[in-house]
Amino acid sequence: MTNQNLIHYIHGIADNSMILGQRISELCGHGPNLETDIALTNIALDLLGQTRSYYQYGADLSPKDITEDDVAFLRTEREYKNVLLVEQPNTDFAYVIVRQYFFDVFHYLLLKELEKSKNVNFQAIAKKSLKEVSYHKRFSGDWLKRLGDGTEVSKQKAQQAVDDLWVFTDELFHMTKDDQVVADAGFGVDNSTLKFEYYATVKNLLRECELQIPEVEYFQKGGKKGIHSEHMGYILSEMQFMQRTYPDMKW
Amino acid sequence: MTEDVHIEAELFSILKSVPDPEIPVLSIIDLGVVRSAYLRGKEVFVEITPTYSGCPAMDVIGDDIKTELKKHGYIPKVKLILSPAWTTNWMTEEGKQALRDYGIAPPMDATSDKEALLGNKRVISCPQCESKNTRLVSQFGSTACKAMFKCEDCEETFDYFKCLT
Repeated sequence: MTNQNLIHYIHGIADNSMILGQRISELCGHGPNLETDIALTNIALDLLGQTRSYYQYGADLSPKDITEDDVAFLRTEREYKNVLLVEQPNTDFAYVIVRQYFFDVFHYLLLKELEKSKNVNFQAIAKKSLKEVSYHKRFSGDWLKRLGDGTEVSKQKAQQAVDDLWVFTDELFHMTKDDQVVADAGFGVDNSTLKFEYYATVKNLLRECELQIPEVEYFQKGGKKGIHSEHMGYILSEMQFMQRTYPDMKW
Repeated sequence: MTEDVHIEAELFSILKSVPDPEIPVLSIIDLGVVRSAYLRGKEVFVEITPTYSGCPAMDVIGDDIKTELKKHGYIPKVKLILSPAWTTNWMTEEGKQALRDYGIAPPMDATSDKEALLGNKRVISCPQCESKNTRLVSQFGSTACKAMFKCEDCEETFDYFKCLT
């Protein structure tokens, strides 16, 4: 295992949190009510905090003299390795919640394994993040139940979001070459081992609130290889605007 | 706080005087974010740990520690550590009382917290009127470390410092 393998693995995990964090932070001041607005921005903040720990660790491993900010603000779209799920737009509140729940369940299972990593940095970040993600999962799960089991309109909207976002779930369990090398070394997690428990958990909740489990044969993929959907460019152009316009600016 | 916290006696009162920027009634010592403070000549090495990964107060806390130590003629070095992860168990009794007086319900032990958040039992007492007749409004309050509750008796909403173990 080389440092390059490790850096790619770190970015793979961290980019999910970065992009989802950026996505939810778009809702700051635009949440459907004050409580959910605050909750979502708090979740965004947790994700951003976790990202910083990973990026800084990745930057420390890099042969170049860089910081977490370079990793976040100066990489191009192809260099971002987040899954397609997290870059999907905030179409409506149901999409926000379903996207969040689909990610949170995965994130929780991933961190539970990552805290057993042989790498002390991963252990520390995972232990810390796991406490936060338990709350995220509870928040999104509770809301999904409320929407699915709510009014006719909320149910229909929740179902629409589930149907549309389901095709992005399989990619969460894909393994890149770097992922495999780092997992084999006992540092990383073999995501494919999380799949069974993931779908059992998610399907259970969908059944509980009487939402239909979509039947699809084709799943979308590409983000983990840097091939993103059309939404990604817009996210980065907003997120990286300041560094691109005023290079090396600091607070 | 746990026994593995090492803060040298002559630094203790200085650090104790640094308040949490978001909850100013709480000292950073009572919050349990200071994990160690060593003296090497005039140099002071302080290790702090965040309550939550994205806690925006950490930078401010680091700066405040430096300012306070410099005032006393020390040369401070502050380091952020992640492990072991912060838990509400590290909050002192004095800290919990300060929270209560300030109108924030302090963290309860893990079991009661879980029950309360799941809505099974109303065990979080209202910091205003001490009624146990309260309900969860939102799992996230004004900051990531707090949840929002409402008292059904005095009808005030209040923050509850979430239990993290």
